[in-house]
Amino acid sequence: MTRTVFPIILNTFREAIRDRILYNLVIFALLVIASAVLLKDLTDGQEGRTIVNIGLTAMLFFGVFIAIFVGVGLVSKEIEKRTVYSIFSKPVRRSEFIIGKYLGLCLTLALNVAVMGIGLTLALVFVGSNTLAANIWPAILLIFLELMVITGVAMVFSTFSSPALSALLSFLVFVIGHLSSSLRDLGATLGSPVSKAVFDSIYFVLPNLSLFTFRTEAAAGLIPSTNMLAYSALYALLYIVVLLGIAVMVFQKRNFK
Amino acid sequence: MENIVEIEGLSKDYEVGFWRKRKVRALDGLNLNVKPGGIFGFLGGNGAGKTTTIKILMGLLYPTEGTAKILGSPIDVVNMRSRIGYCPENPYFYDYLTPLELLDYFGRLFGLDAATRGSRSADLLNAVGLEEAAWKRQLRKFSKGMQQRVGLAQALINEPDIVFLDEPMSGLDPVGRREIRELIAGLKTKGTSVFMSTHILSDVEALCDEVAILRKGKLFATGDLQELLSRDTGRGGFEVIASGLSPAAVAQIEALSKGSVVTAKPNGIAIEVANEESIEGVLRTIRDNYGKLISVLPVKQSLEDLFIEKPAAD
Repeated sequence: MTRTVFPIILNTFREAIRDRILYNLVIFALLVIASAVLLKDLTDGQEGRTIVNIGLTAMLFFGVFIAIFVGVGLVSKEIEKRTVYSIFSKPVRRSEFIIGKYLGLCLTLALNVAVMGIGLTLALVFVGSNTLAANIWPAILLIFLELMVITGVAMVFSTFSSPALSALLSFLVFVIGHLSSSLRDLGATLGSPVSKAVFDSIYFVLPNLSLFTFRTEAAAGLIPSTNMLAYSALYALLYIVVLLGIAVMVFQKRNFK
Repeated sequence: MENIVEIEGLSKDYEVGFWRKRKVRALDGLNLNVKPGGIFGFLGGNGAGKTTTIKILMGLLYPTEGTAKILGSPIDVVNMRSRIGYCPENPYFYDYLTPLELLDYFGRLFGLDAATRGSRSADLLNAVGLEEAAWKRQLRKFSKGMQQRVGLAQALINEPDIVFLDEPMSGLDPVGRREIRELIAGLKTKGTSVFMSTHILSDVEALCDEVAILRKGKLFATGDLQELLSRDTGRGGFEVIASGLSPAAVAQIEALSKGSVVTAKPNGIAIEVANEESIEGVLRTIRDNYGKLISVLPVKQSLEDLFIEKPAAD
């Protein structure tokens, strides 16, 4: 398994790097640092808090952008360009290909998030918020877990749908995933059994991404508890396993005409 | 000896249409056996089902009916693929990689160690005639012919027992075709079996030991190439080529050998003689008229004749 998965991970990572994704990061890091310099005079002592808010939010949105737009092309591009022909004539299982592609993008995202985190940390150090600089990393880890889930969602769609539709659906899942807890509460409030069933279904089927949200708290200098981190990590892991299972099942049945 | 490819009743239907889907049969009950150690030519016109067959064998398409084995293993056994190579038609690879990186990547998928990957990559890129200056250039800058050469190299990175080549000469110039033809002939010498689909009949005649011809998804003919070409065509027996004959002598030959066909050739005339008994008279006339005998050969049907021959049912 590792014999074939590992080269696929590395190749996916290499593809992403050569696709100039990392240039986005450099720009992002520069922007955060530049905003730190500007905000120092405007926020009246709250510059650290503002930088964390802006930085983590930007990190999430940049990351989601990469996860969705690279994720939806991970499989569909290989089919469209017929590069899968050469892969599957070799001793590579379709499941290994899916797992390798997924982990390759996760590796790219990990590097992205790490570089963005370092940029954010440097900005905080620059404005003298050293404590915040040290405390933001658990919140960054939660963002990375969320990106891993979104990548899995994008990948599932990409096994059977066009890149454009996959991107749209993945983005909808991202938006609804952040609202699913509120939607469930809304369903309960409405009192109708049908609406409750619908909103409960959305809550249980779509990922509950609010579990990974800790940006405002991190800006206030709070650190997520170990329990919260462990629960979020376990939830992400289970959800990703299910997503990859679906992706493999769909991909397994595909004919490459 | 065990067949290296065994195909039994292989069929493939494609669904076409958007609203009203209907099935189109691309491959229809194909039965085929390929012996080891030779070069097998898989022929057929456009849409005959050649690529569909190869894709099924490679696990890229699932058959609607039938079974197939390669090297004695069912085609869905993934480990069997360690012993095969495949170059698709008009191959396209990761365009951000260089040929060396691509071969290294594919070598890793076969579990080859770094030293083996390095040495084999260099040997193969040399063998397919790719200039060393191009080895570290990204594939997006490659012409179709250069991609084809890389495709052939990657198909051989694991030193396969059998290599499947789908239109291997596609996109190559005459020099490139000759080099690849020599490479394929060299594979046979090394004991690698080759299963090759192609439209280029001269390559088949030059390379192949056995052939199969597909027509509209069905097997039309298969067997030893020489045996197929020497089948009785009903056209007659021998072709005599001679030069230095006057028009009167040619008329004499035509009168002598009724039913024979005389045609002009760059090096003289060709006389198609209906049977062995008529040859002596034609040869005597050439000699008596001080003509020069160039050759006497049995008439065989060409591969092109075989390729376009109408099925009995047509």
